[in-house]
Amino acid sequence: MVSYFRQLGQFLIELISVVGRAGSVWWQAIWRKPELKNAGLIVRQVYQLGVLSVVITVLCGFSIGAVLALQGYNQLVKYGSESALGLGVALVLVMEIGPVVAALLYAGRAGSAVTAEIGLMKATEQLSSMEMLGVDPLQRIVAPRLWAGFIVMPILALMFSIVGIWGASLIGVNWLGVHEGAFWSSMQEGVDFYSHVMKGIIKSIVFGIIVIWVAVFQGYDAQPTSEGIAAATTRTVVYSSVAVLVLDFFLTLVMFNF
Amino acid sequence: MEDHVHIQDLTYNRGARRIFDGITLRIPRGKIVAIMGPSGTGKTTLLRLIGGQLRPDTGTIDVAGKSIPDLSRADLFAVRREMGMLFQSGALFTDISVFDNVAFPLRIHTDLSEELIRDLVLIKLQAVGLRGAAGLFPTELSGGMIRRVALARTIALDPSLIMYDEPFAGLDPIAMGVIVQLIKTVNRVYGTTSVIVSHDIAETASIADYIYVLSDGRLIGSGTPQELMGQESPRVKQFVKGLPDGPVPFHYPAIDFADELLQNGSRG
Amino acid sequence: MQMRTIEIVVGAFMLAGLVSLALLAVQVSGFNVGREANTYTVYARFENVGGLAVRAKVSIAGVTIGNVAEISLDQATAQALVRMEIDSDVDQITLDSTAVILTEGLIGGKMIGITLGADEAFLVEGDEIDDTQSAIVLEELIGQFLLKQF
Repeated sequence: MVSYFRQLGQFLIELISVVGRAGSVWWQAIWRKPELKNAGLIVRQVYQLGVLSVVITVLCGFSIGAVLALQGYNQLVKYGSESALGLGVALVLVMEIGPVVAALLYAGRAGSAVTAEIGLMKATEQLSSMEMLGVDPLQRIVAPRLWAGFIVMPILALMFSIVGIWGASLIGVNWLGVHEGAFWSSMQEGVDFYSHVMKGIIKSIVFGIIVIWVAVFQGYDAQPTSEGIAAATTRTVVYSSVAVLVLDFFLTLVMFNF
Repeated sequence: MEDHVHIQDLTYNRGARRIFDGITLRIPRGKIVAIMGPSGTGKTTLLRLIGGQLRPDTGTIDVAGKSIPDLSRADLFAVRREMGMLFQSGALFTDISVFDNVAFPLRIHTDLSEELIRDLVLIKLQAVGLRGAAGLFPTELSGGMIRRVALARTIALDPSLIMYDEPFAGLDPIAMGVIVQLIKTVNRVYGTTSVIVSHDIAETASIADYIYVLSDGRLIGSGTPQELMGQESPRVKQFVKGLPDGPVPFHYPAIDFADELLQNGSRG
Repeated sequence: MQMRTIEIVVGAFMLAGLVSLALLAVQVSGFNVGREANTYTVYARFENVGGLAVRAKVSIAGVTIGNVAEISLDQATAQALVRMEIDSDVDQITLDSTAVILTEGLIGGKMIGITLGADEAFLVEGDEIDDTQSAIVLEELIGQFLLKQF
């Protein structure tokens, strides 16, 4: 019993110290002033994190939009309200599924890659050698990834939503025969730019910050061995996915006036 | 002779393990000084302490008159431009070419034009004999070549102090000869203070002006290579002559062999 | 890959993000800027707007001709005052038209349907439709039905 409490205490202390270390990495990196000379580094990271995630994001967005249309149609048609399909799909995608699923995909695709990359640089002493060359890896390696990570996430989430709505219209309108005008007009009437679209964008920005933060920190804090990197990569995907879903609940609670 | 690096009463613990226990050593400017000792005595840790990547628990570390542990992060990065460190793995940046690796510190720390940087990089690569490999990527190089490129990168900013972490480990005899030659040349041509951490006696003794021998966190001997060869201390003797048993035992501490065999038998 | 190519691809990526945002704004949320300029305002008073929302459709014969801009309470008459914005090109709504609150589908939202009358004069900016029918409130219907039973 005593040992159980001792373990719990040790776990809590460890947890707090991890959060502390992660916070200090984030804090130090964020205030490294981005030099114009380093703009290229951010561009390269936007490519790595964003452009390379486009295909998977678009593919999943389309599938989810199509599935939502199929399922939504089946339910709505019972009440003769299939014209509300566009509205339902658009709201669900823009406010919830777009930001959340895009963030989960981002954690799996980009987050794990960042962790592995930084972990490998640590294991092969590239970070150390950079320090000894008088270059701060927080500025050179960590900061560009953090900044690029913030920029990329909302763009991916927007793409996800748009492609999802397009997929839903293909299935709903062109296949299931929902009236095209009703599909779009119900959507345009029910979806509000500020109270729905903007809130979805805010969510995706928060998710982007969380995912890239976890990814960068796990890489930076990884044991510099192959097992350490593998474990850190797993932790990135698990922690950031859980964080996204839990945060989504609280953001929804706060932003949608419950 | 002025001391480039001066370490006084250094202690350093990693967790509960004491890595250094009151070490004092001086590295004079412009000399090649070797720090030797069995594996696991924290030689690499010593270099990291000098480079400011680790902080000592007690004691002072002065490099060129500046107390390294007391520097702010920004000052530390400024001081490091005067230092070079050659890592055992070379630690080249794997995502850029050999040329860009050597150009990296120049591009960041200087405002030189790209033409001038190109000339400087080619000069440094010529010095290590790898001008022809400028377009290759680190993954295409052999271990010895990686270390030579890393040396070219290290000397790109003309540091006054270069630290070599196990420069001879894992190299074939030819590559080893090349590295020995290069360390000597860099020291002579640029007047660079060189600190070599190694356990390869023959190669190190052939170029070092002075050798410190570490074991179990303490300094157990020091002197010029000739002095060290003649030392009577059994620990130094064992290390220098490469004897399998001596003060450093062949066996990891364990209970008596016969007892353990009997224990096993009674259990079976 | 060449830095130049990366820059171009990244530029295209950012542009795609902007296009997505624009599509969400215009195509999905019906965020329409220049629309107000091409509408005129018409008022109507209802006993009960029961569930009518701002931005709901206003239609004639099922064709959307405008939307509800504002719903407020006229304290003097205790009626709901609805401000509608009607497309300018629909300029032949007779003065004696009837405005009815309809339900779109069984569980759809409320909308306003206008049925034309026979007057010679047409509604212009600021006019009011006098003849209105309130929303059918299910609870009242059930109440009336029960009263008739006993």
